[in-house]
Amino acid sequence: MPTLVSHPDEVKVISRRFGQGAADIEKYLELDGYKAVQRAIAEGPEWIINTMKASGLRGRGGAGFPTGMKWSFVPKVSEKPKYVLVNGDESEPGTCKDHVLFLHDPHSIIEGTMIAGLAIGSRLGFIYLRGEYRYLLKIVEKAVADAYAKGFLGKNIFGSGIDFDIITQTGAGAYEVGEESALMESLEGKRGVPRIKPPFPAVVGLYGGPTVINNAETIANAPHILLMGGEAYAKLGTERNGGTRLFGISGHVERPGVYELPMGYSLRKAIYEVAGGIKDGKKLKAVVPGGSSCPVLTADEIDVGLDFDQMGKAGTMLGSGGIVVLDETVSIVEFALRVISFYQHESCGWCIPCREGTDWIKKTLTRVHAGGGSKKDIDNVQYLAENMMGRTFCPLGDAAAMPTLGFVKKFRKEFEEYIDGKRVDTPLITIDQLVGAH
Amino acid sequence: MADVTFTVDGKQITAPAGTLLIEACKTAGIEIPAFCYYPGLSLQAACRMCVVRIEKMPKLQTACTTPVAEGMIVYTETPDIAQARKATLQLLLGNHPLDCPVCDAGGECELQDMTFKYGAADSFYAEPKNHREEQKWSPVVYFDRPRCILCYRCVRMCGEGMDVFALGIQNRGSSSVIAPNVPAHMSPDDLAHVDCEQCGMCIDACPVGALTSGTYRYKTRPWEMNHVATICTHCGDGCKTTLGVRSTSDGSEIVRGDNRDKSGINGDFLCNKGRYAFDFANHEDRITQPLVRQPNGELKPVSWEVALDHVGSKLRALRDTRGGKSIGVIGSNRITNEEAYLLQKFARTVLGTNNIDHHRTADYVSFAQSLAGHTGRTASLNDTLKAPAILLVGGDPTNQSPATAWNLRTDVRLNRARLYVANSEEIKLRRQAKAFVQLAPFGYNAFAAYLAGDNAAAASAASDSNALSAFRDAVKAEENLLILIGSELRGAELKKLIDFGLTIPGAKFALLSDYVNSRGAADMGLLPDMLPGYMPVGSPSDLATEYAVPNEPGLDMLEMFDSAGRGNLSALYIVGSNPVARYGIDPASLKDTFIVVQDMFLTETAALADVVLPAANLYEKSGSVTNSYGDLQQVNKAGDRAGVRSDFEMIVRIADKIGADMRKLVPFGKGLRADMGQSRGAQSGEADRHAVWLTANNLEPRLSPFDAFAILDEIQRLVPGYNILRLQLLSGNDQHLSPVAPTPLVQIGTRRDQVLPANDSLFTSGTLGRFSTMLGDLQQNEAQRLIQIQTAAD
Repeated sequence: MPTLVSHPDEVKVISRRFGQGAADIEKYLELDGYKAVQRAIAEGPEWIINTMKASGLRGRGGAGFPTGMKWSFVPKVSEKPKYVLVNGDESEPGTCKDHVLFLHDPHSIIEGTMIAGLAIGSRLGFIYLRGEYRYLLKIVEKAVADAYAKGFLGKNIFGSGIDFDIITQTGAGAYEVGEESALMESLEGKRGVPRIKPPFPAVVGLYGGPTVINNAETIANAPHILLMGGEAYAKLGTERNGGTRLFGISGHVERPGVYELPMGYSLRKAIYEVAGGIKDGKKLKAVVPGGSSCPVLTADEIDVGLDFDQMGKAGTMLGSGGIVVLDETVSIVEFALRVISFYQHESCGWCIPCREGTDWIKKTLTRVHAGGGSKKDIDNVQYLAENMMGRTFCPLGDAAAMPTLGFVKKFRKEFEEYIDGKRVDTPLITIDQLVGAH
Repeated sequence: MADVTFTVDGKQITAPAGTLLIEACKTAGIEIPAFCYYPGLSLQAACRMCVVRIEKMPKLQTACTTPVAEGMIVYTETPDIAQARKATLQLLLGNHPLDCPVCDAGGECELQDMTFKYGAADSFYAEPKNHREEQKWSPVVYFDRPRCILCYRCVRMCGEGMDVFALGIQNRGSSSVIAPNVPAHMSPDDLAHVDCEQCGMCIDACPVGALTSGTYRYKTRPWEMNHVATICTHCGDGCKTTLGVRSTSDGSEIVRGDNRDKSGINGDFLCNKGRYAFDFANHEDRITQPLVRQPNGELKPVSWEVALDHVGSKLRALRDTRGGKSIGVIGSNRITNEEAYLLQKFARTVLGTNNIDHHRTADYVSFAQSLAGHTGRTASLNDTLKAPAILLVGGDPTNQSPATAWNLRTDVRLNRARLYVANSEEIKLRRQAKAFVQLAPFGYNAFAAYLAGDNAAAASAASDSNALSAFRDAVKAEENLLILIGSELRGAELKKLIDFGLTIPGAKFALLSDYVNSRGAADMGLLPDMLPGYMPVGSPSDLATEYAVPNEPGLDMLEMFDSAGRGNLSALYIVGSNPVARYGIDPASLKDTFIVVQDMFLTETAALADVVLPAANLYEKSGSVTNSYGDLQQVNKAGDRAGVRSDFEMIVRIADKIGADMRKLVPFGKGLRADMGQSRGAQSGEADRHAVWLTANNLEPRLSPFDAFAILDEIQRLVPGYNILRLQLLSGNDQHLSPVAPTPLVQIGTRRDQVLPANDSLFTSGTLGRFSTMLGDLQQNEAQRLIQIQTAAD
């Protein structure tokens, strides 16, 4: 079990049970477990949705869609069964928040799933874990079994007359199925490629039924919000960005780890105070602020608040809350290659711009990195990325193009110097290792 | 749905709400390019070529997934759209082998066309292209993997269109590759074979040259062929196939069959036979010289003049000495209507016999008689694509009438048609059926009785009486039901089913048969007791008024052979048929009969003949054919082979040798007067509209007795139900005819063996199938593939 980190600036809502053995159902019950769901049963769907709306909670997967509103889109009456689907396919490089949630507080996800089910009138929830999290599945499965044993799941939950079941499932190792419609395809046992939208999942989702799909962190927030009240939760954050969120700070910092910080918290403080500053007293070079798909920020662009709107204004994204800190030793050429290699490997291949675009960017950067580049290659990479932006079937194309564009635009000089042989950088990882990985 | 009005490139367009933008634009004459979009198949939005700009939307939108909406303002060709398409093409070409000079699709390639339009010719990649070896999936399907642009048309065509699901996608990202689905214990790398119906629809749908045809690949270039649209000779559906023809030293060779412009009755569809099984024409065993049996018993090649003289004088002598009634004539279900009509006219008016029959693959006589007095009750093939509900009793369209099966699947999939299947076998179409009831063997008669209300018949119809009862209730609740009947049903049971169907409002009927002109052969009166148009022999008819025909019904097929066995049949004239093999005739029974056979090959029947005349096949002649449904279409001469002659010409020449009045047999020369001196011909570069008008109005001069159209005039005039719109026919369109017998079915034939369904599979086609190398290879391939799978499983 990874070591938990802590900092006084943290506001612990969702992480308050971390490290207390709450994976055990008795401990979870001691720590106010399964109280929120009982309240939800007593108050009814409208109250749940209103509370969620008041909380200002926005989707923690990265897109930041208001959760209460998403739940309210599900039709009240439906011929087909309605479903709740928890997206635990946490695959964005730099992101490790759902991981600690499943590890330390799986029941909060189960309880959140039940609350979402009550809100939309669903009787069945699915918890989908990424394939590489198979070892967490044991924990989640035990938690689900314990909840069944207590009678919290199954027929007539808490004497409400309502039935609710939860099924767990893992993926087979594809980043793409983190996209909600690809996730549904994968769960249905099909090839993990996204669906055409509209229709959106709230109308036609899993097995054709109306479906709410939420990130695991989003769903785990629900019990806390119902217990503390929507307004109280909202107040913890900034305007239109309610509450707190888990930030996974990694890279060249003194104290990497997952911290729960209020929305709008300063990125500079997060790096220099919460995470203890740059490792070994080196200089900061760049920050990838919300998972590898977010455009990079340079060292002098970090005076920005960590919420969806402020980050958007800064030309990047809050994304999944995975903050990757790069110090002065990092070669941006190599880092760009590392990032595009991931997206090239993970492109599902469905649409041309992403399938071919990521491949050619990777091929070109591989050559540039190996020392065979020309300045025209920088233009080509930029041209390819620009022509992927907004043209692909799903957001993965943008996710690959955005960081690439950030690197070649903000660090063009470094690329040029690299090509001219004026830079000698310490490699993070050898190119053989990179190529061998695929 | 209600219409909506919207603007595309400044042009106001109205279309039903919900129409896809790409389709609405196509209808309005605005072409939006697309690779992955294929009308009727599920949407992909994968190729990103159809992107358009829609006002108020921040990103470019895919026209293939956007339904039109009121007031929508759309731009389809702006600089940013052109750039998006160009970039997509650049990406595709990055890994494309660009082997266009040797690619089968060169000149017929959508990727070439798009590149030409958007000018994505500049290349700026230095890295090598991704390469994969070519795969042979079957004798007819090859997959050149690097050429594939991953539009997934083939995968959907095979799964959704064909209900075969032989193809899938292997790997992901830039490693994605189309691969055959193989049994779970195998990998596509070990067994790159498709387990499928070999229809070739994947090749047809492929926008580039990734999927190529085993019969055509690397043979020629598209622009070196003449493309002749004609009708497939194989099954009773009568699909249009376009034959690619190239000149050779002794005629012109067919090198390709495909569904080139998809303008035929078959729409998007063409099966393996229409696509590949034209090669019988080039088979090495083909006879190209007339053969006459010598006193020593050998068949020896002679000149046409000698052979025809011999046949003419012999037939005349036998007619004059032993009487016309001692001569039998057997026609074919693969000759044209004109030939069939001419053959029966020749038999009746020149030889003076009604002993005429053909291999009947379905009971069209009972069908026509059961519908006596009802007009507009016969269905066309097109109806199978649109009917709200279909009852299929008997038959196995998937194997025997593939276009019918395609239409039914499409109707169920796109129009949510309700398909009811009753069959004694578990036919594949049950997978599309709303209800399927498995009938007892030979249970069709009881089933028809049960439908009509005879509850006591339930036990002999099917074992599951509950299913049967629910099935009947559902069928009876339908209106505008299309009733498709397999050739298993004949005579009384056929009538019973049709009588039941006639109680359903708006019901229409079709009787499925084998071979291209089975229906036409019956319609044209290749029958001992019926004149063309099912006019009973001996009753008044236009034909009987105009010509002297014998008044007594003649002998049917088996009676003729019985008669021969008794020594009473002096001569047998067989045109394009192999009854000796088909009916298992004892060769010894024919020893006293003078036999003339017109055929392409030395079949079991031809081998017994005194004279064998080498015949042209359907792909080597012009005329018309009528499919199972009664849809009339034009066939056009594509191939040519020195030495052979059309059956039409041979009949005329034999009649001439017998001494018949040529102008009476083939009314040629008519129409000439009406046009004397009028036709000036087309000037260079303009359409000969005058000639088109003349043709359409049946005024074109007919100068030769070998002109099939001269007989068509007479068919049109004398055969009830064949009121053809000439312009329709000549434009290559189909038209539905519904000849109905003037008299109802009263006498039920007791001999079921008058009708003998051919029961061909996808890889057989009677005699032609035996001489089609490709069909043979496909049968072998199927057998080998099964062995491979079994071996791998051990």
